[in-house]
Amino acid sequence: MLAFLVRRLVGAFLVLVAVSFITYLIFVKIPGGDPAPRIAGRLATDQNIADIRQKLHLNDPFYSQYWAMMQSLFTGSLKSYSSQLNVVQEIKRGIPATLSLTIGAGIIWLGFGILVGVISAVTAGRLSDRVITVLALIGISMPVFWLGLISRYLFAEGHPLSFLPDGEYVGLTVNPWQWFVHLLMPWTVLAVLFIGFYGRVLRSNVLDTINEDYVRTAKAKGLPPRRVLVKHVLRNSLIPIVTLFGLDFAAVIGGSAILTETVFNLRGVGQYAADSVQSLDLPPIMGVTIYATFFIVLFSVVVDLLYAWLDPRIRPT
Amino acid sequence: MPERLIEVKDLKVQFATEDGIVRAVDGVSFELARGEVLGIVGESGSGKSVTAMTLLGLTKEKNTRFEGEVLYKGRNVLAMNEDELQEVRGNEMSMIFQDPMTSLNPVYTVGAQICEAIQIHEKTDKRAARLRAIELLKQVGIPNAESRVDNFPHEFSGGMRQRAMIAMALACNPDVLIADEPTTALDVTIQAQIIELVDRLKDEFNSAVILITHDLGVVADVADEIVVMYAGRVVERAPTRKLFYDPQMPYTWGLLGSIPRLDRPRQERLHSIKGTPPSLIRSPTGCKFRPRCPHAFDKCMEEPRLENRVEEPGHLDRCWLSVDEKRRLREATIAGEEEAA
Amino acid sequence: MATESTTDFSLDSAAALAADEGGAIEGKSPWLLAWRRLRRNYVALGFLALFVVIVVMCLLAGPYAHHVAGTGPNDNHLGETFTRGGKQVEVVSKGGFTGGTFKAGGIPVGPQLWHAGGKYVFGADTQGRDVAVRLLYGGLNSLKVGIGSALICTLFALVLALIAGYYGGWVDWVIARFFDLIWAFPVLLLAIALGTALSINGFHHFGISIQSGSLWIPTLVISYVLIPYIGRPLRGQILSLREKEFIEAATAQGAGGVRVMFSELLPNIASSVLVFFALIIANNILTEAGLSFLGAGVQPPNPSWGTLIADGQSRIQTAPWLAIIPGIAIVLTVLALNIFGDGLRDALDPRAKVRIEH
Repeated sequence: MLAFLVRRLVGAFLVLVAVSFITYLIFVKIPGGDPAPRIAGRLATDQNIADIRQKLHLNDPFYSQYWAMMQSLFTGSLKSYSSQLNVVQEIKRGIPATLSLTIGAGIIWLGFGILVGVISAVTAGRLSDRVITVLALIGISMPVFWLGLISRYLFAEGHPLSFLPDGEYVGLTVNPWQWFVHLLMPWTVLAVLFIGFYGRVLRSNVLDTINEDYVRTAKAKGLPPRRVLVKHVLRNSLIPIVTLFGLDFAAVIGGSAILTETVFNLRGVGQYAADSVQSLDLPPIMGVTIYATFFIVLFSVVVDLLYAWLDPRIRPT
Repeated sequence: MPERLIEVKDLKVQFATEDGIVRAVDGVSFELARGEVLGIVGESGSGKSVTAMTLLGLTKEKNTRFEGEVLYKGRNVLAMNEDELQEVRGNEMSMIFQDPMTSLNPVYTVGAQICEAIQIHEKTDKRAARLRAIELLKQVGIPNAESRVDNFPHEFSGGMRQRAMIAMALACNPDVLIADEPTTALDVTIQAQIIELVDRLKDEFNSAVILITHDLGVVADVADEIVVMYAGRVVERAPTRKLFYDPQMPYTWGLLGSIPRLDRPRQERLHSIKGTPPSLIRSPTGCKFRPRCPHAFDKCMEEPRLENRVEEPGHLDRCWLSVDEKRRLREATIAGEEEAA
Repeated sequence: MATESTTDFSLDSAAALAADEGGAIEGKSPWLLAWRRLRRNYVALGFLALFVVIVVMCLLAGPYAHHVAGTGPNDNHLGETFTRGGKQVEVVSKGGFTGGTFKAGGIPVGPQLWHAGGKYVFGADTQGRDVAVRLLYGGLNSLKVGIGSALICTLFALVLALIAGYYGGWVDWVIARFFDLIWAFPVLLLAIALGTALSINGFHHFGISIQSGSLWIPTLVISYVLIPYIGRPLRGQILSLREKEFIEAATAQGAGGVRVMFSELLPNIASSVLVFFALIIANNILTEAGLSFLGAGVQPPNPSWGTLIADGQSRIQTAPWLAIIPGIAIVLTVLALNIFGDGLRDALDPRAKVRIEH
């Protein structure tokens, strides 16, 4: 088990090095020309540009440039050039909002996804299955930011069917109830896509598992249908869902969460990156990209361990 | 007179599929008494597995239609509701499947899967069920049963998994044990052990066994009576000795010809039945074996009934050939001379 | 007697059982069987028709703008008026006091449908541009980016997967690690990073020159970030195919690499590729919308469905149609592709597990 973990962590470390190097290429090399004014952004002064040249060792060979960039990221000296704010600090400031959004949405989408998938599989071919399938397909076909915009337009404070506050993040420690109420709409909007997606995946997993020999064995033992469904069909169909959930949960931070945060103005990490797009302010985007990718890579190690725990066949001994 | 446990009367099972109606079982009848072993033999596609699963009501699905009766101690299994079926399954009739690799749930320990069957039918607590599971594993010959009970199926070898399946099937002292190709997925050396185990346990548990196989050699030593199936029908039925010494149906000769035997002159190679089993959607007219039968003649365009044609009363077959012709022709077929000619 | 069954299981299980037991079923070409199944799936065909209609409508953006709406996608009509039922209507209201009540200015006119003779069918935006015209031009751009990136992405992923799967060894290792590496990045964030970096100066390397603001930037960015999502499963399929006897047989008969790849391996994964292609267009249209919404995709004033929604965001209260209409266009297009893609997958291989992860 330990060897497995060590091997996995070494692999993850190598991926991280490669990822950071690609990020360096994207921001410093791909656009070509002198990167200093570009990194500085549209609002930079000559002094900024000179600072960057010196800081990123732009006259040195590429490996010391790369090293300098990594250093500024991890010592926390990387600064945004449109606001002059420290990038690492700004990212830290956004983490509670981002985690609140993604964890809450994750719980909702996993719970409802399983519910919807099971109902759909058990009633396969009947009306409820068809209705769920249609709704799920519409769910996965909607741009998350558009759904957010429409829900705000319809349900938020000061709008036609007002019953929820309009966006913004309230800290959990500041006011737990307000935290919950403010996040309810973003959670639901972010979860809709995944509920549809998970429902469909689970439905097909369940229908596959139902035809497994061990399910026939369970029925031949005289188990009640409910027990066959829960203990034999579902237990096995859920293994891939758990893996999927782990990966999606990590990926959503660098994906749909950005759009959701932006639409609801939650001031999370993703919105911090998205806001920097308008001013072509690259350091925040670079910082968020690297941190999010690191999080995803490390999280996938955790998912692997979880998977090994759930499925005895691949459990390393 | 031993107690009659199972009586199947003119059973028909049909599945509606995309390509048409599959007549998987088409008028099958047999009986089984306590202490007996009944062998059901046929190629894949002969309907023997569907028959076996129907005995437990496992083929009940939306697109299935049944006709005839399956009586267990006089009660019709086909008319039972889901609750009654659950009472019967695993408790009074239980089943062992072909592939022990896929028939055990990979995520539970072997012990847990045996305990599950015990706890559902008998109101025992976990500890008692576990002790019983260990006892069963010992009975089916698993060494170190006390520690093996907590192993996962993937930690067992194929033969051990099939033993575990048998232990699970016997967990609630069933009256009838249905073994559907229990040795097909196993090594030849293990096959004999498993068959012998089933035969021995039948006596220990005082039950009856239905042994389904495509290999007549597997049932030769243990079965009391053999039913040969082809295209969803019984084509020959006889006590085991009679079937081996005086087989009436050309299809049975083909099956016999495909077993290696020591009491016959050495053959160049084993005989095999030419052609493939017929489609169960559009089956041939007349005798279903006619297209593959080397001895078919005009009369075979009409389907023969399953009836007694030889002196032996319990020996039924579906073939128009006269008994004398059969006895003459079959020597050639089984010895494989025809192949050489 | 006939007994109704009570348990609920799919037709598939019985069909599989019957197929096991049923012996020989006549052989038909898999493509013919697939076509037979697809032809019966009226829902999938209906949604394919819907997608075709949307594509054709977007292709007719030019003639529509010129002959019906009488304006271009980027033509401002601030301060102008048009006639509806003989009355002059302001395209964007000037505001001020009319008849003693104060009205806020800057509010564009709402959807006119056909009451204004084809002008402002879906209303105007804050600069007086015709929304219907921009919707069609924007759709054209979204479809170009979506279909274009799907083509490039599928093609690259397919070629890489074929090379990796066929040659194996270190070639496979390098390609697999390349997939893993892009896979490690969050899709949208990587796309934002690339889109933003490229929108500064464009791309001028390796003899390729792309101006910033070109549609090629979002197209290439999206195809690049999604390569592993197709490449990885295809590589897996090819690796398992390689173990099959017919590939060995072809190699033993002296067939060369390219020949084995294209005449033995490709036909066997063609159905997966086709399904992937249909589903990834849907996925890419959504990605383009997200990127453009954030300003890292199609660059203004060039319209796309994503930028149209972004433009409408701040006007959601006074002019909700600005954001709602392009959103509906996206949902219809993506839904049509998803349903058709599903039908295609079911028809080609009912057991296949081809899907696009988000």
